Amino acid sequence: MKTKNIMIVGVGGQGTLLASKLLGKLLITKGYDVKVSEVHGMSQRGGSVVTYVRYGDKVYSPIIDRGEADIILSFEMLEAARWLEYLRKGGTVITNSQQTNPMPVITGAAVYPDVLDEKIRALGVNLDCFDALSLANEAGSSKAVNLVLLGRLSKYFDFSEEEWMTAIEQSVPPKFLEINKKAFDLGKNF
Amino acid sequence: MKQLMLGNEAFARGLYEAGCSFVSSYPGTPSTEITEYAAKYPEIYAEWAPNEKVAMESAFGACVAGKRSFCGMKHVGLNVAADPLFTIAYTGVNAGMIIAVADDPGMHSSQNEQDSRHYAIAAKLPMLEPSDSEEALDFVKLAYELSERFDCPFIIKMCTRVAHSQSLIEVSDRVMPADKPYEKTPEKFIMMPANAKRRHPVVEQRTADLTEFAETSDLNRTEPGSDNSIGIITSSTSYQYVKEVCGDKYPVLKLGMINPLPVKKITDFAASVGKAIVVEELDDVIETHCKKIGVACEGRSIFTNIGEFSQSYIAEKLGFAAAEYDKLDENIPNRPPVMCAGCPHRGLFYTLKKNKLQAFGDIGCYTLGAVPPLAALDTTICMGASVSGIHGFNKLSEDNEGRTVAVIGDSTFMHSGITGLVNIAYNESNSTVIILDNSITGMTGHQQNPTTGYNLKGDPCTKIDLEALCKAVGIKRVRVVDPYNLKECDTAIKEELAVKEPSVIISRRPCALLKYVKHNGPISCDSEKCIGCKSCMRVGCPAISIVDGKAVIDQTLCTGCGVCAQLCPKDALGKEG
Repeated sequence: MKTKNIMIVGVGGQGTLLASKLLGKLLITKGYDVKVSEVHGMSQRGGSVVTYVRYGDKVYSPIIDRGEADIILSFEMLEAARWLEYLRKGGTVITNSQQTNPMPVITGAAVYPDVLDEKIRALGVNLDCFDALSLANEAGSSKAVNLVLLGRLSKYFDFSEEEWMTAIEQSVPPKFLEINKKAFDLGKNF
Repeated sequence: MKQLMLGNEAFARGLYEAGCSFVSSYPGTPSTEITEYAAKYPEIYAEWAPNEKVAMESAFGACVAGKRSFCGMKHVGLNVAADPLFTIAYTGVNAGMIIAVADDPGMHSSQNEQDSRHYAIAAKLPMLEPSDSEEALDFVKLAYELSERFDCPFIIKMCTRVAHSQSLIEVSDRVMPADKPYEKTPEKFIMMPANAKRRHPVVEQRTADLTEFAETSDLNRTEPGSDNSIGIITSSTSYQYVKEVCGDKYPVLKLGMINPLPVKKITDFAASVGKAIVVEELDDVIETHCKKIGVACEGRSIFTNIGEFSQSYIAEKLGFAAAEYDKLDENIPNRPPVMCAGCPHRGLFYTLKKNKLQAFGDIGCYTLGAVPPLAALDTTICMGASVSGIHGFNKLSEDNEGRTVAVIGDSTFMHSGITGLVNIAYNESNSTVIILDNSITGMTGHQQNPTTGYNLKGDPCTKIDLEALCKAVGIKRVRVVDPYNLKECDTAIKEELAVKEPSVIISRRPCALLKYVKHNGPISCDSEKCIGCKSCMRVGCPAISIVDGKAVIDQTLCTGCGVCAQLCPKDALGKEG
């Protein structure tokens, strides 16, 4: 099988690492060769963050390059736009519609572009854009945005509900399990 | 069953399985997690040393005592540890010793892009270079055996993409090596000229023996291809990119041992292909070796020596089609890393900016004080350079004395700021050093250090008293301020700059991200009172923005530090209720 590429993008501190960890765990139980790659350090301080998840029969490069991602899972609207070049032709962008202003916008040195969803759709990209933050709050915590988005992502995979639940149980602390499972369901069924 | 493991975690697993029992390191991205994961094994003694030189010398001591030992660092850390490195290369080891150095091509989190392979060549030490997690684990285990067989430390070179990528590995049990009790051997371990003169030929013979080993070892392997018109010589992540692009088309010589490089193996490989192409990130180390041994090849004429490679880049350069993609015709604002909401450095940097002061900066989270709107730094070079730099800057320039400070974090001060402070005291420059004491090593992800009172394993330990230390080296004026209190910072800095003698200000507040730090409730803005003057925006807090002409505070980000409230002329910012 040809290697599949999932990019997870967002703002440092949004919980993107848990999402990639969970996805990685699930993929190895399915018998794939898997590589998950991220950059730690400076990028954690509220900067733009990106994680690459690649799986298939044999995966060599740990990173995803321009035009290669089958799916971009984005935690924030501007980040979906920033990494859009990494999407392959005919690929899908799943994004939280939440907008978080970067420092140049806060200081007035730059402007947050408007109607990004329309502009992305105009390129012919499959865009699945929704308010994951509200669903996370509904599940019981704004921090559960990552599970809402993973729930949404699960619709694009053939894995069973049980397989996803096992991966969630292995990845989140027991005391937050119920909130996270609920967040996953809300994202999936929204 | 195979499991997914970060390159650094797999490295630590290798240390565990090989019976390593002593680890001493200084944190540095992307090397930090090797030591953090090693510390999770109760069988391994692991510590954070104050700096890389201390770490390497401690690891050397442990290996002389008969324990397999390890020290890890980032590429610039090896500069600090270069002194012991070059002489340990002469003495050799007793039990095995491994040194990890993690390069950062592309400078994701570094101040330069140096290529550590030069150190292996210069110090005449063997260097292995894994290309994924599985190799990281295997190479560590092999390197201990080789270290003892060839009587020298082995350097294992990681890079960001190997260190911070997870790939599949299989674990096995820990196997302890046979005991190697210490025996006094002055001719081997006392490197005074007479002994060192006898050791140098040993080093040269060892390099010859290691070259022989490199000819036959599986570390350097040839993978056949279907098209012999081109043959690729490569290593590390470059190997992964090449395989991603070319698959099994061209034969590949994959080098796992980067120093010393084989001669015959490379010559034979090149002879078996039409044209040899060397693919390596940063400097042309392999290519230079090839040319030196008379092998015609191309490398730097095709590939850059700046930044990271990727599969598209390799595809483009080797004439393969790169993927097509769509691009938004839109100006996407950058999202640079910023000081967190509630960061204790913010108030201090605001005070420097407000007083139009010059500041010698250092390495840590507070380097972010260089970016707008605070833009409060003038220089950043390397660990400790703020304290030594300001001394030189001030010494012969009286007009700088009263308007320049040095800023350095608690961990960086212990790493190599202290010697600069000794110089300020001893050679008497009127310099003011501000220690930004946030009670943790922040930038690398919260490591303990000698000033925090806890060790790497999380146990309470001796806490170095910064005030007493500064006084002990001869600084008479030492005072502590709370960086959340702007007036206190302002007064202290003005007073210390006015005095004609050296001084230290300790700006003390724990990092806002530390779990034990209790936050006040978030600040909110009374929009009736807010006049939209943007005074609060001058501190560059990510929690504050202006919406419809009024300040709005993000209630999930705000920690209630209150720095912005001290800037509001209309008293619009405060706790609710």
